[in-house]
Amino acid sequence: MSERLTADVAIIGGGLMGCSAALALRRMNRSVLLLEQGWCGAQASGVNYGGVRRQGRPETQLPLAQRSHAIWQGLPQLVGSDCEYTVSGHLKLARSDAEMGLLEEYREQAEKFGLQLEILGRAALRQRYPWLGDKVAGGSLCASDGHANPRLVAAAFALAAKRHGADIREGVTVETATFDGTRFTVRASKGLEVKAKFLLNCAGAWGATFAGQFGEHVPEFPIFPNMWVTEPMPKLVEPNVGIVGGGFYVRQVARGNFVLGGGRGTGQLAIASARPASASMFASMKMACEFIPALQNALVIRSWTGVEGMLPDHQPVLGASATTPGLLHAFGFSGAGFQLAPAVGEVLADLVVHGVTATPIQAFRIDRFSE
Amino acid sequence: MPGIGKQTMTLFTRVAETQREPIVFSLDGRAATALAGDTILTAVLTQADSLRLSEFSRRPRAGFCLIGACQDCWMHTEDGQPVRACSTEIQNGMRLLSSVPGGVDE
Amino acid sequence: MNEPQSELQSESRIVIVGAGPAGVRAAEILVAAGLRPVIVDENQRAGGQIYRQPPAAFGGSVRSKKQLYGFESAKADALHRTFDKLRSHIDYLPETLVWNCDGQQLDLLGRGQHQSLPYSHLMLCTGAIDRILPFPGWLLPGVYTLGAAQVALKAQGCVIGSRIVLVGSGPLLYLLAYQYAKAGAKIAAVLDTASFSGKLRATFDLAKQPLTLGKGLYFLAWLRCHGVKVVEGVQKIAVAGEQKVQAISWHKDGSEETIECDAVASGFGLRSETQLADLAGCAFEFNQINQQWLPQRDFAGRSSVKGVYLAGDGAGIAGADAAEMAGKRAALALLEDLGKVIDVRESRRLDRALQRVQGFRRGLECAFPVPVEWARECADDEIICRCEEITAGELRHSVSHVGTVEINRLKALTRVGMGRCQGRVCSAAAAEILACSAGKSLAEVGRLRGQPPVKPFPVAVGVAAHVVESVAENAGEEAS
Repeated sequence: MSERLTADVAIIGGGLMGCSAALALRRMNRSVLLLEQGWCGAQASGVNYGGVRRQGRPETQLPLAQRSHAIWQGLPQLVGSDCEYTVSGHLKLARSDAEMGLLEEYREQAEKFGLQLEILGRAALRQRYPWLGDKVAGGSLCASDGHANPRLVAAAFALAAKRHGADIREGVTVETATFDGTRFTVRASKGLEVKAKFLLNCAGAWGATFAGQFGEHVPEFPIFPNMWVTEPMPKLVEPNVGIVGGGFYVRQVARGNFVLGGGRGTGQLAIASARPASASMFASMKMACEFIPALQNALVIRSWTGVEGMLPDHQPVLGASATTPGLLHAFGFSGAGFQLAPAVGEVLADLVVHGVTATPIQAFRIDRFSE
Repeated sequence: MPGIGKQTMTLFTRVAETQREPIVFSLDGRAATALAGDTILTAVLTQADSLRLSEFSRRPRAGFCLIGACQDCWMHTEDGQPVRACSTEIQNGMRLLSSVPGGVDE
Repeated sequence: MNEPQSELQSESRIVIVGAGPAGVRAAEILVAAGLRPVIVDENQRAGGQIYRQPPAAFGGSVRSKKQLYGFESAKADALHRTFDKLRSHIDYLPETLVWNCDGQQLDLLGRGQHQSLPYSHLMLCTGAIDRILPFPGWLLPGVYTLGAAQVALKAQGCVIGSRIVLVGSGPLLYLLAYQYAKAGAKIAAVLDTASFSGKLRATFDLAKQPLTLGKGLYFLAWLRCHGVKVVEGVQKIAVAGEQKVQAISWHKDGSEETIECDAVASGFGLRSETQLADLAGCAFEFNQINQQWLPQRDFAGRSSVKGVYLAGDGAGIAGADAAEMAGKRAALALLEDLGKVIDVRESRRLDRALQRVQGFRRGLECAFPVPVEWARECADDEIICRCEEITAGELRHSVSHVGTVEINRLKALTRVGMGRCQGRVCSAAAAEILACSAGKSLAEVGRLRGQPPVKPFPVAVGVAAHVVESVAENAGEEAS
């Protein structure tokens, strides 16, 4: 049972990056064939925390994040659903004067990129957010950041791409990808073979594996961010909350559940192998109760993790291959890809159609690791 | 709404082993009596029609499986602690609420 | 019994989860072979659900075992006595929940405290819960499972109302009606969704367990004799009420009847609790008899994971007698795997007996079919997921508008099974609706993957556990 297909663009990976690229390409009238080993959005895209934030990103990511932010505002029109996207604000907490200093520095830098942040001292913070514990020294609020439901976002992009005519194949594992000088040939399970002029490597934690098939070395490694969720509780916390230094984040969804993350689970680079770790969850619970004392009375009803691709400098690989014309990479988002995904898709489409993109992506070039 | 007009309403009826030590607790601020060995569920449903209100529809719930599987009988004490009613024994002095403290009851 | 760790330093640690018929008999075999297993159980006392004992706080004024367990009293008593004799030869952790299993380690929640328990061998005897189907009004106060109604009587000396209707199918239906009526409860009606002809067809298979068949007929005869209204072949029901149950209506052969009542207990046999087997990494397969995904096991009870064994209703519904035999057989398998000499004649005897049980299981399902059309054909506004209040219409919409064909996707997109019970109550009905809407078989829509904690876990316990761990880590550092 073999199937030989051709398309303008072949995409490896049906996570948020691949699906948003598929949608963007279809809107620019390129034919797209996407191959996904499991279900679209089942890995990092679907199990991540759900933060939609620009605050806290390195400066090099801010132009991309700002482009994405604009797309998020029009999400219902783009993908047919609001995916529970809420502009709740993102509050980054500091626990010391030193951390407050870092927030102040960042605020100045961020302003250059059009990102407005409000610094709140201890008293103002506790007055505005009475649910906060007393270990906070202050915080930085980005009022226009927020959060969304990652399961719905990934599914919505996949569906929108399909509706726009992308050919999306789920349950298909890509085995090899080669370039003959003119076209790419991707061979996958179920006897599938795809030939395309462009190949997008959106394979998430598996991205380096495919990059390697084209002689590009990327020191990507999988991580398994630990997540847990409480039962529904009375609405208390409005903003998406993080802390200086990262490693802990919490948001309360409209239905009242608190979604929290922090620490790592365990697993291997294989789907359905990742397991949340109890010790990580306990450490995260302690922090959660320090910041939001009301959580002391909460019940956890579920914990999970997923496979996420991490790179040593915590920046993704995004942009053209350094070895192979027509090959584009978008992977290794190191736990911070969710908000960027809509713009990443557009950037990839720009590169396919125009060969260039207006958004600066030099910092994410693939050959930075061999320099 | 729970807490109003429930004085003569009950769900469960005792049919055996009624000669046990009384236990005094409070439900929604009103004093109530149960028997030693009662679960919270039994203690409440021998004098009230429900245990809690559902989070979303605010409709009353009174448990379902009684064996700690369905998780439909979680209540709270006045100081906010969650207790699973069917698998927790009633204790003297327990102060129980049949709706979540600070919950949306408008 | 909060810190038994100091006693549990042996290299080979066998942990049995569940102190019901299967778990107790497994422990018996292991202890007889000179081993000291740990038994972890959620309840306060041994016996599982079927032989559940009233709380210790009931003191001396307890009903007799005959009153509590009826025809099963000898078996119940034997099991309790066996456990009492085993007490000093095992490490017993009652009122303790196993909420996670990972890397040969169990996470326990016992009396408000976390404990980690490594194991070399794991015997899962996790039992079952009622198999339920939704119907209009099933969320009302006053609606319970058949098992719940039985536990109310057995373990709390209560009945669930003053005018009770029982509805469903399976051996528990008439047994419960009988027990309730004998205890003085007013049973307004027993509505059996199974038909007489169906039971007749299954008689041959049911006759493999003649006592069960006989008892069922006895209860039915007794109920009719005592003027309890019994209706067979009931097709559809609806419960009405404002704040609680007030009336029930049913359809049969085109006509409808309504009676007043203040409590309804419903159930259609049992459904295995398999979350820990899932977390332990056991392979599952769709079982056609029970129409449920069950962990694979060999004839003796070995799962697909080395060192993990499965026995009793938690691995496939076969009843209490079979559970006792399966517990013994799995324990013998465990001993064999440890290289110990076992009583081969006994193991073969058990094998033969358990073989016969297979026929009985088929008979049960044939005589007491589950009216899955209650889920498949229910109204769009019927709530399927109690915890999250997700309706059938939302599930169907996901299929028709998004093309959802798999149950974990359905959960991710509609929230069904995402609440506190993690799909225990709703997943069977949700799978039926998904299969029906998507035009797939039940097996094809997949099974809900287990996620820890298998039951809700208090954050306060996690915080305390972390503090304890940190203190232990820091204990070696100098105070400065």
